[in-house]
Amino acid sequence: MNGIVRVESITKIYSLGDVKVEALRKVSFSVEAGEFLSIMGASGSGKSTMMNILGCLDTPTGGQYFLEGHNVSRLSGDELADIRKHKIGFVFQGFNLLPRMTALENVKLPMLYNGVHPSMRDRKAMDALEMVGLGDRANHQPQQLSGGQQQRVAIARALVNDAPIILADEPTGNLDSRTSKDIMDLFTDLNREYGRTIIQVTHEAEMASYGKRVITFRDGMVLKDERTERP
Amino acid sequence: MISLWETSRISFRALTANKMRSALTMLGIIIGVMAVIMMFAIGSGANREISDRFSSMGSNMLTVRPGASQGPGGIRSGTVNTLTVDDARAISEECMAVAYAAPVYGGSAQVVYGNQNWSTSVTGTTPEYLFVQDWTVGSGIVFTEQDVRSATKVSVIGKTIVDNLFGGEDPIGKTIRIRNVPVVVVGVLGEIGTNPMGRDQDDIILVPVTTAQRRLFSSSRSGSVSTIMVKARSSELLNAAQDQVESLLRMRHRVRKGEEDDFSVRNMAQMVENAKAATRTMTMLLTAVAGVSLLVGGIGIMNIMLVSVTERTREIGIRMALGAKTIDIRLQFLVEALMLSLLGGTTGILLGVAGALSISRAFGWAVEVSLFSISLAFGFSAFVGIFFGYYPAWKASLLNPIEALRYE
Repeated sequence: MNGIVRVESITKIYSLGDVKVEALRKVSFSVEAGEFLSIMGASGSGKSTMMNILGCLDTPTGGQYFLEGHNVSRLSGDELADIRKHKIGFVFQGFNLLPRMTALENVKLPMLYNGVHPSMRDRKAMDALEMVGLGDRANHQPQQLSGGQQQRVAIARALVNDAPIILADEPTGNLDSRTSKDIMDLFTDLNREYGRTIIQVTHEAEMASYGKRVITFRDGMVLKDERTERP
Repeated sequence: MISLWETSRISFRALTANKMRSALTMLGIIIGVMAVIMMFAIGSGANREISDRFSSMGSNMLTVRPGASQGPGGIRSGTVNTLTVDDARAISEECMAVAYAAPVYGGSAQVVYGNQNWSTSVTGTTPEYLFVQDWTVGSGIVFTEQDVRSATKVSVIGKTIVDNLFGGEDPIGKTIRIRNVPVVVVGVLGEIGTNPMGRDQDDIILVPVTTAQRRLFSSSRSGSVSTIMVKARSSELLNAAQDQVESLLRMRHRVRKGEEDDFSVRNMAQMVENAKAATRTMTMLLTAVAGVSLLVGGIGIMNIMLVSVTERTREIGIRMALGAKTIDIRLQFLVEALMLSLLGGTTGILLGVAGALSISRAFGWAVEVSLFSISLAFGFSAFVGIFFGYYPAWKASLLNPIEALRYE
């Protein structure tokens, strides 16, 4: 198996004073390019920890994490930042757009750090906004947009650096069910039409079912790993 | 690492997002820099004026006074009367480095002409006094050595006296009464102007020193004078002149080796130095105070930057998640602090220069805005920005992205 993401016997132990919490216990799986994976679990199941490690925001205590074949499990903070800006697009539950910046400027933000030439940025950001259907809202600031629109801007921001993986952390957690469906449809589209690899973390089975594959976590271990049958 | 230009743009936006706060933070730096610039301008202006005025008085002048000197600057005078007209004459004749020497003995007196009267200073001296002071005679003549020998009641008067006593009348040949003693005016001095202390030097009457001693201000120890003014042949010969005057007077006054002189010689260069040193000390003191306010301004910047880092923890987390490195975050906040202090510094420089110029216009003080003080103020505010901005920036860059993203 030679997936885009491959984790082998990942463990993560948090030390809170004398107490050691084992958040992940020897988790292994791999993800192929073009997959739409949902990681599901209740709170405390270790799914958020898994997300942080997959997103290169954190490193595992034990085990190996290969991203596009490179071992990234022992990298330093700045080396991880380098990986993040080229390989990963984040979508957060709280949107995490910067206030007082237009949608376009928010989408351009990753390119500030990953070395895209300034003259290219406007066009690439516009393309990404159009991909999520917000081309006409480019000059609106986050507070002038609805929750669903803000999340679309965030998705455009995740798309803009052409990262091989899009990581979505409870992307519909702050949205009503109708808007949630729209966002999940957008992910499905991006996966189907553009072949983007998407990994989402959620605790809602309904949202998880949009993925072509669902990995269920419990107590820091993989409980189930199954393909969904969706038309 | 992202470019400095883009970092600056981000920082500028962050500052303009909170205009009021940024302005208030800069105020400390603005006031500090303004104070430094103004203190320097006024201080160096005063210094320049002092040296200008003294050099117009002549840098090759020596003043001999009776009584021992009291160390640098201070002179105890008037208590002993050891200098004589003959001392002055001897200095003039025997000291090779001396061009001219003139005794001075006089005081202030009421002067009357017709129904006009005027209070002025009367200086008893010899004709050489005009050469010592580089003064000229406007009209008429100067009294002579013969007048000095026979204590003739003649005088040469300054322009202010002419204006106040004679109106439009020609004073030559007229008789004025000094302390009720009738004195004939034989000459009028050319216009002189003010001296370094701002006194009107045209407000003067010159009479033969003997006339002053015997007829106008008779003293118990006749023959003594209060000062001998000495002019060296050149400013290079000033020290030589001083040595010669000292040894001549020691010999004439029979001061033995190891004994204290009964006179003291001051040279103008020393006086200029003393005056300058005094202004310099004052300027340094005021600048130090201004520097303290700059320091306080810097602490204000640090305070606000720390608040800003805490407030924007989430933004920092987002930027880190999107790939900002430690150095990017650190630079962003450092540049922000630097911008605050440099913007404040520049504003302070402009206001300080404007302030100094308006002070010079309003009070007629000499001010001198030097490039040195501007670059010093600019450099210091840059230093303050970096010094006080570094800690908050360092703190921001060490945030854990996961925790920063979760920060509410």
